[in-house]
Amino acid sequence: MNYFKNFFIYLIIVLLIPLKSFSLIEVDITRGNLNPLPLAVSPLSIDDKSKKSFEKLLKEKNIGEEISSIVENNLKTSGLFNPLSKDAFLQEPDIANLKPRFEDWNLIKAQALITGKVSNVDDKLRVEFRLWDVLAGKEMMALAFTTVPTNWRRVGHIISDKVYERLTGEKGYFDTRIIYVAEEGPKTKRIKKLAIMDQDGANNKFLTLGNELVLTPRFNPTSQMVTYLSYFRNLPRVYLLDIETGMQEVVGDFPGMTFAPRFSPDGKKIIMSFAKDGNSDIYTMDLENRIVEKITNHPSIDTSPSYSPDGKYICFNSDRSGYQQIYVMNSDGSRVKRISFGKGIYGTPVWSPRGDLIAFTKLHKGKFYIGVMRTDGSGERLLTENFYQEAPSWSPNGRVLIFYRETKTDQKGEGFSAKLWSIDLTGYNERMVKTPTDGSDPSWSSLLSN
Amino acid sequence: MKLSKILKNGLLVVLACFALSACATKKVSTSQMQSDVYTGTDTVEYLASGVPDRVFFATNESVLTTASRETLRKQAAWLRKNSDITIVLEGHADERGTREYNLALGERRANAAKDYLMTYGISSDRISVLSYGKERPVDSGSNPLAWSKNRRSVTVKAN
Repeated sequence: MNYFKNFFIYLIIVLLIPLKSFSLIEVDITRGNLNPLPLAVSPLSIDDKSKKSFEKLLKEKNIGEEISSIVENNLKTSGLFNPLSKDAFLQEPDIANLKPRFEDWNLIKAQALITGKVSNVDDKLRVEFRLWDVLAGKEMMALAFTTVPTNWRRVGHIISDKVYERLTGEKGYFDTRIIYVAEEGPKTKRIKKLAIMDQDGANNKFLTLGNELVLTPRFNPTSQMVTYLSYFRNLPRVYLLDIETGMQEVVGDFPGMTFAPRFSPDGKKIIMSFAKDGNSDIYTMDLENRIVEKITNHPSIDTSPSYSPDGKYICFNSDRSGYQQIYVMNSDGSRVKRISFGKGIYGTPVWSPRGDLIAFTKLHKGKFYIGVMRTDGSGERLLTENFYQEAPSWSPNGRVLIFYRETKTDQKGEGFSAKLWSIDLTGYNERMVKTPTDGSDPSWSSLLSN
Repeated sequence: MKLSKILKNGLLVVLACFALSACATKKVSTSQMQSDVYTGTDTVEYLASGVPDRVFFATNESVLTTASRETLRKQAAWLRKNSDITIVLEGHADERGTREYNLALGERRANAAKDYLMTYGISSDRISVLSYGKERPVDSGSNPLAWSKNRRSVTVKAN
């Protein structure tokens, strides 16, 4: 668990020069972006002495290049930016960072340029970076970070977030992690483990051994806690896991299966389903005083609850109308209202961190869709269709959804796989998220730094 | 004239073949399913001679069919004879539904079986219920027949 400690070691961010508020470049992220912004990510320059010391310490040949390739990869994956090939760069990284020759960068059609410098200062990693508006010939942003060298990947993610925020006007989502269920083995006897990785797939770690079935891990939006379902001792129960210490505990003392857990937006409560005598209702448990409250009371199945970001409402899945549909109610369980009225059945509602949308899974005529609708059920928009997919989870800025997709098996029942995928809210930029094993039930963390 | 007659007869024979083969293939699938409830015996195991261990459900349903009730009556008779035996009812769903809903559905199916066993005199103390949702299919196929085998409640000896 030492790995996790590194994550919380402090990070100093210094604003080098005040931001100049005006610029010519702007990226519109509200529409599908078919013309991603061409930009150049110059490798961060590094002096020989620092390079050698970090090579020894981190086993990375050129940490400057590595950090810049993290930035490049993040920006590219977002679908909003088109990082240009380094082969075309005319200016050396160290000189570019001092003063770019804008004509040269203009020539290769870069509209923005990222430069920077890495150095070893008292065995700490110091990274400075600058964002330039090539057309206007102006510096847009300049920041410096000092941190422990092992944090180097996070520095790349934080730079990516800063660039994204400066160019789109919205917070980024790169300095984040994904918790998910790693899957292996035949379909009839899947082995499932909790796993966590950086948003870009790096630093994958397994958190459980696979001795018992585990499902549906979800991050606490305010801390490094996770809630999930475990079949420990063949008793399916909701658990709490502290990923810093590895401590686990059962949530509540229910005489039966608890499942479908999620945190409240303030991280102080867990909301989940409890099944008894063939009926599943929604409950909350306060993590401080352990008080349990019953929120729904209906003979139908009520499950997959998710709070609105202000904590005032809960969306959930119920079959009280005969089939699975999405409902919204006040957080005390009053004023239950069905919001899904389209064709097909609906499940796994998840409230957007921006508050304006609910993402869901839909089954219609044998196909599964990931979609979004407004919180009153209007404006339904389907983003992607497939043989099987479900369980969307929002990026912390509410612009991207991650979910999982399963393949149809062949006539012999072989060829099964489960993979994580992401798609922009716009319906564009669908991508498979690579994981070392098969994966399902992804949950996106909040930004680790702000 | 003659040629056309031969052709005509030939065509009839071909059509008849088609009709027969269509019937034949249809029979294979329907003989194991009745309005999407599995009625075959492929995956069924036996708790004792003549006592099948599982019952099957229609899509999204937890209603016991006539055949399911018959199976459960046999299980109840066997349990009454073997009063020291305790059981776990394991409820399952097929893969065509969201994970969390399927956990609830599996629990509802297993409880439907439990309720029925109780009406035949089996004490609830001897029965526990465990839902696996869609996590433990018996058939890894992605087709209606495989799904029908997976929508089940299985009675497992616990001691």
